[in-house]
Amino acid sequence: MDTPILEMRGANVFYGASQILFGVNLAVQRGQTMALLGRNGAGKSTTFKAIAGIAPPRGGQVLLSGHPVSGQAPYLVARAGIGYVPEDRQVFPEHTVDDNLIVAAKRGPRGDRHWTTERIYEVFPILAGMRNRMAGRLSGGEQQMLTIARTLMGNPDILLLDEPSEGLAPIVVRAIGDLIRQLRDMGVTILIAEQNMHFCLGIATHATVIDKGQVVYSATIDELRGNDAIMQRYLAV
Amino acid sequence: MNLEVLAGCLASGACVVTQISSGLIVGMLLFLVASGLSLIFGVLGIVNFAHGAFYMAGAYFALLAYEQTASFTAALAFGALAAGVIGVAFERFIMSRVYGHDVLMQLLVCYAAILIFDDLVKILFGADYKLMGMPDAFATAPIQIAGGFVPSYYIFMLVMALAAGLGLWLGINKTRIGKIIRALAINPQMVGALGINTKLLYAGVFGLGCVLAGLAGALAAPVRSLTPGMGLSVLIESFIVTVIGGMGSIPGALVAALLIGLTRSFGAIGFPLFVDGLMFGLMALVLVVRPSGLLGAKAS
Repeated sequence: MDTPILEMRGANVFYGASQILFGVNLAVQRGQTMALLGRNGAGKSTTFKAIAGIAPPRGGQVLLSGHPVSGQAPYLVARAGIGYVPEDRQVFPEHTVDDNLIVAAKRGPRGDRHWTTERIYEVFPILAGMRNRMAGRLSGGEQQMLTIARTLMGNPDILLLDEPSEGLAPIVVRAIGDLIRQLRDMGVTILIAEQNMHFCLGIATHATVIDKGQVVYSATIDELRGNDAIMQRYLAV
Repeated sequence: MNLEVLAGCLASGACVVTQISSGLIVGMLLFLVASGLSLIFGVLGIVNFAHGAFYMAGAYFALLAYEQTASFTAALAFGALAAGVIGVAFERFIMSRVYGHDVLMQLLVCYAAILIFDDLVKILFGADYKLMGMPDAFATAPIQIAGGFVPSYYIFMLVMALAAGLGLWLGINKTRIGKIIRALAINPQMVGALGINTKLLYAGVFGLGCVLAGLAGALAAPVRSLTPGMGLSVLIESFIVTVIGGMGSIPGALVAALLIGLTRSFGAIGFPLFVDGLMFGLMALVLVVRPSGLLGAKAS
């Protein structure tokens, strides 16, 4: 196998004195869409924060294309190629859609500028129609699309989506799912954290299941689909 | 109270012009200092209680440059720039250590800084009053408007302050870096996650706020006497301006600064013993009617 785009090796993460992640291993290859599945509180968001440098691991490593990024400030991790989209759709509410994108524009880690506002509006036609609207006035689904588009403007090597379906109506969840599939088919490498397993089954190529801060399963999505024991034990609501 | 004198002045074009022009000058200096204060508060969420020291630094360094080069342009540039450089160093090495601390701690740190800066000025420039004098370019006969006389330097100050204010407003609202700064004010963690060095930006914004104070000090140098401690009264009045205009609002700072400037100049005629009282009364009134200031964002 090639060097993974993103690899986490034995990551231990603490919030104060309490340990949240216990030796988490994770590897995402170029072009994969990896689902990080697990119940609420399993450690999905913490894993993302550890990768993004917001909650740096006290032990273990985060490697981006083989180069360690753990211990670096979040902005350096972002420049190295991690495109972190946090949960809760943190758009800049008093900026227009256009300005949200412009703020995030940067070259990728190898100087590439694949994503521009024009390119974004081709892939996100809904946003093109509201370029000059304040982001705070968009619907939840539109804001979710904007946060994904905004992070793409930084030309990351891998997109980290934390709970993109959270709090959205089923029809909007479907639209977000279509969008992520479209990005996947364009070759964007994606790591997506979700409680909503059915949402991920239709999107992801691979899955890693996390429970109580530990990875308990990792396989292709088809293997997971055929493994009722894992699905029942860790993912059934 | 001297209401008859005030009425007499208001009836005379010459007196009105003179008072308005001096009110505008006071207002413009306050606007520059207060807009820097407001910018720093709006983006960093801290009140720079030492802001007056950068006004003083601007004035003294302008004087220094003027004495060395005899160029007023160099004096303005050097005064503003020196204040900015000192501001960045002050933010990086001192203020950034008390972010997130109790406001009382920040106040103490700033107060200590004020005392140290004042003493440094005494050591470097001497404790006595200094005068820069009017630069040659402005040593001309005052301009006559409706029977009143306005020094040409006043017009220059007005234009410079308005240009700086307009530049600041355009920079924040129309440029990419300005958009990033506004985003930083709202969600710094998200801005960092997008690959932007927020610490560097904080230092830059703090420095820019200090450049504005330094520019005000440099502009004031030809018309004010320079003394260690000259920053304090300016600081207090700029606080009044930011409170009246609304913390974080640059247009609010402009409106409030003009209001305070005119209150001062006309108040000095009608209520010579109660000028400060008028300013604080105005502030109290605004706080009662609109606690978030004239143009400040409504508290949510």
